[in-house]
Amino acid sequence: MSRPARAGAPADWRDGLPPGRDGYSFAFLDAGAKREIRRRILKAVAIPGCQVPFGSREMPIARGWGTGGLQLTLALIGPEDVLKVIDQGADDSVNAVSIRRFVQRVTGVRTTTDTPAATLIQTRHRIPEEPLRPHQILVFQVPIPEPLRLVEPSEKETRRMHAEADYSRMWLYLYEDIVTYGEITIGARYPVLVNRRHLMDPSPIPRWDVERLDRNPALMLFCAGREKRIYALPPHTLVEPLQFEDVPFRVESFAGRRCRRCGSARSFLDEAIDEATGRRSYACSDAAFCEKVRKAGGRTAPEPEEGGP
Amino acid sequence: MTLPPPIVQVRGLTRRFGTGCPACPELTGPAAETNQCPRCRSVTACREVSFELHSGEVLGIVGESGSGKSTVVRLLHFDLAPTAGEYRLNLNGAAAAGLPWLEPGQNLFELGPHQRRQLRNRLMGIVYQNPLLGLRLKVTAGGNIAERLLMAGWRRVERMRERAADLLARTEVPVERMDELPRHFSGGMQQRVQIAKALSTDPAVLLLDEVTTGLDVSVQARVLDLIRSLQRELQIATIVVSHDLGVIRMLTTRTLVMRYGGIVEQGLSDQILEDPQHPYTQLLVNSTL
Amino acid sequence: MGYVAVRGGEEAIGNAEKLLRAARAGGDSELLSPRQIREQLHLAVDRVMGEGSLYAPDLAALAFKQAAGDSFEAAFILRSYRTTLPRIGYAAPAATERMRVIRRISAAFKEVPGGQILGPTADYTLRLLDFDLAQESAEATRRAIREFFQAAETLEPLPERFPKVVALLRREGLLVERRKAAAAASPVVDVTREALSFPAPRSAQLQTLARGETGGLLALAYSNMRGYGSVHPVIGELRVGYLPVEVSHPPDGGLRRIGEIKVTEAEVIARLGREDGEPRFTLGYGLCFGHNETKAIAMAVLDRAMSASEPEAPSEDQEFVLTHVDGIESMGFCNHYKLPHYVTFQSDLDRLRRIRSSPSGPGEAGPPDPKAGGA
Repeated sequence: MSRPARAGAPADWRDGLPPGRDGYSFAFLDAGAKREIRRRILKAVAIPGCQVPFGSREMPIARGWGTGGLQLTLALIGPEDVLKVIDQGADDSVNAVSIRRFVQRVTGVRTTTDTPAATLIQTRHRIPEEPLRPHQILVFQVPIPEPLRLVEPSEKETRRMHAEADYSRMWLYLYEDIVTYGEITIGARYPVLVNRRHLMDPSPIPRWDVERLDRNPALMLFCAGREKRIYALPPHTLVEPLQFEDVPFRVESFAGRRCRRCGSARSFLDEAIDEATGRRSYACSDAAFCEKVRKAGGRTAPEPEEGGP
Repeated sequence: MTLPPPIVQVRGLTRRFGTGCPACPELTGPAAETNQCPRCRSVTACREVSFELHSGEVLGIVGESGSGKSTVVRLLHFDLAPTAGEYRLNLNGAAAAGLPWLEPGQNLFELGPHQRRQLRNRLMGIVYQNPLLGLRLKVTAGGNIAERLLMAGWRRVERMRERAADLLARTEVPVERMDELPRHFSGGMQQRVQIAKALSTDPAVLLLDEVTTGLDVSVQARVLDLIRSLQRELQIATIVVSHDLGVIRMLTTRTLVMRYGGIVEQGLSDQILEDPQHPYTQLLVNSTL
Repeated sequence: MGYVAVRGGEEAIGNAEKLLRAARAGGDSELLSPRQIREQLHLAVDRVMGEGSLYAPDLAALAFKQAAGDSFEAAFILRSYRTTLPRIGYAAPAATERMRVIRRISAAFKEVPGGQILGPTADYTLRLLDFDLAQESAEATRRAIREFFQAAETLEPLPERFPKVVALLRREGLLVERRKAAAAASPVVDVTREALSFPAPRSAQLQTLARGETGGLLALAYSNMRGYGSVHPVIGELRVGYLPVEVSHPPDGGLRRIGEIKVTEAEVIARLGREDGEPRFTLGYGLCFGHNETKAIAMAVLDRAMSASEPEAPSEDQEFVLTHVDGIESMGFCNHYKLPHYVTFQSDLDRLRRIRSSPSGPGEAGPPDPKAGGA
């Protein structure tokens, strides 16, 4: 009967993976898969904001845990690349660690936490605080690539809506929010219009990062492995959040707050509640940025914060 | 007296459900006294329907259920695709603004889905018998009106709300209920919200499909009065579909009588109601008097 | 630049993996061998192969061991291994008339050509907990098996082939021909290479169902059978057996047999339709790796349900069915909610605080007073 194709793995395998590149192709995916994904990336770049279907491969990490971002990273990475992986802004978040460890194992590339030093950055839910440069690539992990899923469950219908640029139901959703709550309730994953043509899901980045998509000099690529879609923002692409002329889009407010570690008042902050005092305190979500500010002599003393709710 | 060209021109409008066969034209229609082909079982809901509608005119289409009158309206609103037929609009400059791709004399059935949707949103208003078809019941009354404005490119919340409030006031819906869901409204009020929605983009053509059927008599009268006064004020070319000769008498100037998918008689509404020529029309008129 | 010094995360992950390994081999009983799993938990292995979309009993058994019996996880491990295998080619279409049958039944006819062959089935057993198995003697069990097969040697062997039950109906023209219509409509797609688009061709539908998670298929098919749908299935034929796999041989293009795979096939006859004018029975088709009758029947019911021209129930909406039956995808997404969502939650908090901080509900950007505008 059937025999395992690779029965009896070499003894120096660790955790089910080969040492370095042996046994698997460089960057895990076979050449055919990489070529196909690169072709889809080119198509996505050619039509900014438009979702391009692709034959998403199963990865050794679970669907929904970044298999899309991982496939882009593996299809693009070369031996000379320097990789940074973040989750919620942090390089040491468990999922970021797991992905970085895997990519490094199958490619042997150098990794970094320093945003300007990276050539390829894979991220979940954040854009690094430090400005990106031309020739850098930012790869976003995307859970739900379809911005219209909020108003329409059927793929067939949402594809029609994109084809006809018929986004009135999304606008209606925003209108109803304003009528009901006095505010648009969408926080993260705020829908954006790309090149005044395609409505795009920017992945669950906070509003804070939405404005930073606009005309960014880096190439931004998005991929949903489970939903099998790739889309892209080529450098300097026009990206606008959906907003009414008389109800401006607002980012998260951290007015009067500072990072308790580095003292920064110009970064997206995570909120924490002190167990002992019940007070809220804040710290940079971008851990590498925070570290850098601190080393550069930013404030180190914890900031007093306002009382708890 | 020379009439301006008709605003709507319909020629040879036909819609068949089913595979169809060569015998269908002969074996269905008013002469055959059925709309279902005995050979292939296909239903020809309407066949070779041609008519014109002039600016400011109100045209009635009357017939019993299954006569094809609602199919005609749904075809004109692009809810259904025709099997055959031509459909043209003659618009003045203002009405055609915003639809630069629309060429004069173009058969609208040849437009792509996106263009049809745009054209429908800008130039047509429809009120269905069933409010479920015309309204989103989980969206506020104001939101229902705003949806059409949004599709037409409006992007100021305040202006849309002013417009919605104005339309609701005109259709006698209490403006303070603007931010409520129409599923909590009475049937008559739902119809008035539908009318407000239909009027939101100043349509060139208004389609009313059995708008008062199913409403209480007193509510019917109020809705009909409203439609009549709005029509007089706005002078929108309107098609009224009804099985109710009372509605036809009250609203329309000219009428088509349909049976088994074909037009059996047409003329001025008063004449048709006073002196029906076709036996079927005579039956209709006599049975209601 | 430079090497990453990560705080805590890496070490914690490493320790979690060690704990997991300890939990898998917990206790002091003898460790399971993949061979034991393959031979004695063969239905679990079959299920893992089907959902993992790779016919490899030894590897499936290994995955099942590694996953400590979690069939979702085992199928996932097998599926991601499959991704790394080179795509050498596609097998030739296999006619299931040529299946080497070990079980075949029909619920449509009492007597079918070739006869009803029950084969190994639990269908008619009483589901009483068998306490003898707790102290099973290998020797006694093996002896009983030997005696059973020795006694059977005097019997006539099963025929090489059995005629298909539905072929009888087909010959009489009582069945809607979906096969020809589907084949003519589009070439066979490979769902592992192309994302689904809707309406999906039938080849993509069947592949997606065949890779689907057994429980997911069952829940959707059951909803249809129970009343949220209108397929009233009669099992025309259910067969389990071994199907030869043939590939085209490069030098002369002739077909060469490279082995056989165990499959379960279900053909359900469903309510009348008159798609081509004449009223005929409609047919639903299911086929999956290994011995998994529940899955094959559920698949056949869904195949039929999805052919409805106007879906009225979830199980009749092909987009609904096909995008929700994959176990690897659904379990991955379900579990991803365990990942940190600090940033999105912070963003939501900001929204809520802003809405609540505004006077009288609607905030500064709230809706203008409708009465100010018109009336």
